[in-house]
Amino acid sequence: MKTNITVNSKIVEAEKGEKVLDVLLRNGIRIPTLCNLKDMIPTGACRMCLVENEVNGKLFTSCSYPVEDNMKIRTHSPRVLNARKTIIELLLSNHPDDCLYCPRNLNCELQSLATEMGIDRKKIYGKKNKFNSDYSSQSIVRNPDKCILCGRCVRVCEDVIGVSCIDFINRGSFTTIGTTFNKGLNTSSCVNCGQCLVVCPTAAITEKSSTEPVLAALNNPDLKVVVQYAPAISVSIAEEFGLPVGTDMNGVLNAALRKIGFDYVFDTSFTADLTIMEEVAELIDRIVNNKTLPMITSCCPAWIKYAEEFYPDLLKNVSSCKSPQQMMGAIIKSYFAKFEEIKPEKIFSVSVMPCTAKKFEAQREEFTSKGISDVDAVLTTRELVKLINQYGIDITNIDPELTDSPFLKRTSAGKIFAASGGVMEAAIRTAYYSLTGKELSKYKINETRGPNKIKKFNISIDDINLNFAVINGLGNAKGVLDDIRKGKSEYQFIEIMTCPGGCIAGGGQLINSKKDKTLKRANTLYEIDENDSTKASHQNFQIKRLYENFLENPMSHFSHDLLHTSYIERDVIL
Amino acid sequence: MHIITMENQVKLILEKHGKVKRDSLIPILQEIQEAEGYLSEAAIVEVGTSMKIPASKIYGVATFYNQFRFSPKGKYNILVCRGTACHVLGSSTVLKEIEKYLKIKAGQTSKDGLFSIEVVACIGACGLAPVICINGEFHAKVTSESIKKIIDNYRNFNINEN
Repeated sequence: MKTNITVNSKIVEAEKGEKVLDVLLRNGIRIPTLCNLKDMIPTGACRMCLVENEVNGKLFTSCSYPVEDNMKIRTHSPRVLNARKTIIELLLSNHPDDCLYCPRNLNCELQSLATEMGIDRKKIYGKKNKFNSDYSSQSIVRNPDKCILCGRCVRVCEDVIGVSCIDFINRGSFTTIGTTFNKGLNTSSCVNCGQCLVVCPTAAITEKSSTEPVLAALNNPDLKVVVQYAPAISVSIAEEFGLPVGTDMNGVLNAALRKIGFDYVFDTSFTADLTIMEEVAELIDRIVNNKTLPMITSCCPAWIKYAEEFYPDLLKNVSSCKSPQQMMGAIIKSYFAKFEEIKPEKIFSVSVMPCTAKKFEAQREEFTSKGISDVDAVLTTRELVKLINQYGIDITNIDPELTDSPFLKRTSAGKIFAASGGVMEAAIRTAYYSLTGKELSKYKINETRGPNKIKKFNISIDDINLNFAVINGLGNAKGVLDDIRKGKSEYQFIEIMTCPGGCIAGGGQLINSKKDKTLKRANTLYEIDENDSTKASHQNFQIKRLYENFLENPMSHFSHDLLHTSYIERDVIL
Repeated sequence: MHIITMENQVKLILEKHGKVKRDSLIPILQEIQEAEGYLSEAAIVEVGTSMKIPASKIYGVATFYNQFRFSPKGKYNILVCRGTACHVLGSSTVLKEIEKYLKIKAGQTSKDGLFSIEVVACIGACGLAPVICINGEFHAKVTSESIKKIIDNYRNFNINEN
């Protein structure tokens, strides 16, 4: 029901019951917030969004207050401004004063609000926080000193990811965010997805940096440093260099990586194609030979850890394929090493991923053979951007280059892996060919695309009716997984991506909570797919050559050793 | 003889409550603490699994309340009164001194399992302020010096006992 409310003496139209904050934002009034998260139930924890009710003179939080008839509010009255300023001053009173050395310097919501509020001197002197930092996780560092207790991480971990490994512990001024018994994240059920650090307004949660080992390797003349970058990277860095969000930087990225000093540059989309070849072969084998179904994708390392912890009985449903990152790592240190006549131990393999969980994945013992890990270091998109800036590369002003042989060619099927539904779409394209011997007449499979939380659909291929599901956001997987456990799942193939939107919205991406970039990045990916001449993984001639020269065929004994793995139950505090 | 181990004690309490909703979490935790003396990690995980609540949430709830402790009580549990009268007469210094002397914080238990410290709001013996109570024995008008002697006495007593 529509109603009119008065905002700063101006009449504004609003829907009764909607939150006041939404009305204000819609009408071009900027309201500072710290705990507010889009599309989630407001908590009113930070009090930054206070506005004044002109009728009774009270201040209330606009994020959680519903619109009522005849409301009269003021958004920037002296009382409101004073209250907001005091909140920031109080937050700063126990906050460390080390902005200059902080990983989130110049990209911190607390810092920018302090600037906005005109805070130019210290007014309230409080006892500084003194908690222990937690470096136990391979992916995520927690520094509770910098925490302002907005609770975003707790809500994301519970509602979006469905893991809930952190919560508020203790009370009053001793309150902090922590795991069960305040132990290290590595013993908790944390899946390393990094969604908590993306929503964190300060540097209370950050990634574990791998920049130093990478720089050391680049400066070591004995090592050949090889880099691979995920399909999501090329569409995720443009805004940092002043270009429109979602611009594809593919060729320029190759050039920039070479300028930094990487000896060989590969696109992980190539092994995404390889993953599809193996995964589809496995799926068809499972369907034809009546093996365990449904099969669930294994590209997402956060989902894998989740399965090991919460659904160990369903690990047999998870595809045995390694993720594209690990496949690339494996073939770099085997096929490529032979091809270039370099000893595997002289190769330092770096990957650039939009993901913090990949850091964890790279050091798993499943992906280490004879003491040599397939991937030696994983950088996030943020770390890559820092490197590009450190090396003074003007990315808007260099010529595009190609990736290196022998993994030069990628199809657009490998590229769309970066969006939710992409693995599914790519798999169906190749599965159709494998089952019928014909190409799909229409490559675009609309049902896999879009922001829906669970995308269900069915397709008939050669009289086989197949049910598919795409889980967009790990928190939405529970229902589907419980059905499999009870033995009443209707699906044959399920894609699960932990981050809502897929890897383009991953936990390793650039942090800017104000704008939602997922849609624009997805659009670019689908545009690339539209314009590409090879749209299915099996058409990749270099994949064919790789099989001819090295791997024989999908699911062969050889590729099984190199490209497949298995997982076991993980004992953590749930 | 049927031995009641810690694990099946927790199970018995959970069974007694039957199919429970989230709101019975605190009574359950209270009963477990009553039976075991503290909330162990195993107990919290067990409660979480059977009630389908993440362990982090249970720990979050339990740490909010002063009544729950997470390590077993020491052989000698020292209650330090932090009521108004005791405060005025310097109980905060007494508490700090005990913490320093035993090298543990309030709510913790010393490594040898001998002493634990607990802070209470008011023991109700304001005339004796600042007062502490060790296993039911009251020690009146303690000072930062006398407290060390008191603790040493208990320690010596324990050695002689053995």
